Amino acid sequence: MLPDERTTPSGEHPVRVEEDLLAARHAVRAAAVAAGFSIVDQTKIVTAASELVRNAYIHGGGGTMTVESVRDAAGRHGLRLRVRDEGPGIADVEQAMTDGFSTGAGLGHGLGGTRRLVDDFDLDTAPGRGTTVTVVRWKP
Amino acid sequence: MNAGLPILRLGDILLSGLMSDLDDKTALAFTDELTTRIADEGIRGVIIDISRLEIVDSFVARVLMQLAGTGRLLGTRMIVAGMRPAVALTLTELGLQLTGVRTALNAEQAMELLGWRRPAEAAEEAPHAS
Amino acid sequence: MLGTDDSQVRTVLARVLEEDRTALAHDWAGPETGDGGSPQLRREAVELVEALRQALTGTLPVSRIVEQDPAVRDALTSLSERRARAGAQPSATAMAILALKRTMLGAIERHTEDSALRYRAALLVNELLDSAGVLTFEVYSTGRERIIREQHSQMLELSTPVVRLWRHVLAVPLIGTLDSARSQVVMNSLLESIQANEARVAIIDITGVPTVDTAVAHHLLQTVSAVRLMGAECVISGIRPSIAQTITQLGIDLSHIVTRGSLADALATAMQLLGDSGRPGAVSG
Repeated sequence: MLPDERTTPSGEHPVRVEEDLLAARHAVRAAAVAAGFSIVDQTKIVTAASELVRNAYIHGGGGTMTVESVRDAAGRHGLRLRVRDEGPGIADVEQAMTDGFSTGAGLGHGLGGTRRLVDDFDLDTAPGRGTTVTVVRWKP
Repeated sequence: MNAGLPILRLGDILLSGLMSDLDDKTALAFTDELTTRIADEGIRGVIIDISRLEIVDSFVARVLMQLAGTGRLLGTRMIVAGMRPAVALTLTELGLQLTGVRTALNAEQAMELLGWRRPAEAAEEAPHAS
Repeated sequence: MLGTDDSQVRTVLARVLEEDRTALAHDWAGPETGDGGSPQLRREAVELVEALRQALTGTLPVSRIVEQDPAVRDALTSLSERRARAGAQPSATAMAILALKRTMLGAIERHTEDSALRYRAALLVNELLDSAGVLTFEVYSTGRERIIREQHSQMLELSTPVVRLWRHVLAVPLIGTLDSARSQVVMNSLLESIQANEARVAIIDITGVPTVDTAVAHHLLQTVSAVRLMGAECVISGIRPSIAQTITQLGIDLSHIVTRGSLADALATAMQLLGDSGRPGAVSG
């Protein structure tokens, strides 16, 4: 009966070619500015997005990113990013979340570090099933 | 290979800046260009101004760390200057400390670290030039 | 729910609200709230009754009217916000909304003799106004939470002043505990000040921090790394003997950080650091 999380979709962005990484970052920056996040929060959200889309591009062979503005039952506003790929998936989630581990380019802080930049972090993956990472940053 | 980013030479120092929309290809081309010039021109110090970078993610961090490492092997001091407060906070939270990279508040302080003196300060130090 | 959404009942109820609008608002705003004379309250009551009537003539299911009908939601929200500002307890506001139930049931009785219809109308009124009562509670607690959050962040900012000790030297005296929210605020204002003052050395004085556990040490280490990324050096001062012992016992490694006992020692060290980088002019200035 109570209003739960209400969402406003603000678009789906392809992550297919390298140029898409920059476009995705721009889209997230614009959404974070529109939502009224502080400079520090904007920077954290865009950095998290950059890590996630690069992971999807490099490890997942491309995918999509969705940006939504969300609101929880307590009336807090937030920004939700969902990055999905149809790649090989992650076999050892615990290892992927550990700092310093990476199976591709980068420093391996893709997931463990990204988790610290956001408030909510959800990883849905299995070998052969692709990977979906959903993160939310709430406005203080 | 040319990244299209200006690299200025002041004596034996190279001064360059990264742009806000740095993409992966440009970053890698920039590394190559800088490394070649360090080796070819006998460069003693390199300053990379990043004050226009709105984010530094793990990829850019890795580029900077590798540049610093390569520079050290070639006998050059590399200084990353002008990181924004929000970027410093985010990098720290991400767990990246840019190990091995020297930093300065801005390009001017980086120049001083490399031994350049501001004309005004040099004048102040002149023995009682009344 | 049994038949609450049948159109006959909705029509009857809408007619009741239409014809008895003024009487209803008066009945309800009068005795139940104790200040029947308030024109503000009367107007709010009229607005709410009218919004409910309009919603009932619409197509939205009864169970979703309070949540989704903008006019009903607005009327309820502004009513509960005004009462909250006036100091009313949330339970009193919710009770007042529920009192409207009795008033409406009375009006229905006057309108129809059909007991089956009365029963169904009563079910509908219950469903509608119960969720309205819940909403007023929600508005109240949301408002309270917002105020608490605002005060919390104001307090954080007030309690972390960054002072300029010397040209190119800043200090932050930390007082109280250093949790992760606070350390974010400290880091942020310290880094902004470093940029604004072109500071080369930042001193973090922890004389006023009661205990240093692994979490606090972690926050300190993070602050030091962020300061270094900006291109400044960091000195931690005010480490009391007991804290030094705790740090050692916990096995926390602060060896790569410049630490000093007192703020005065830290300032002397800062001067040295400024001098080392070849700028005697900066120290004397």
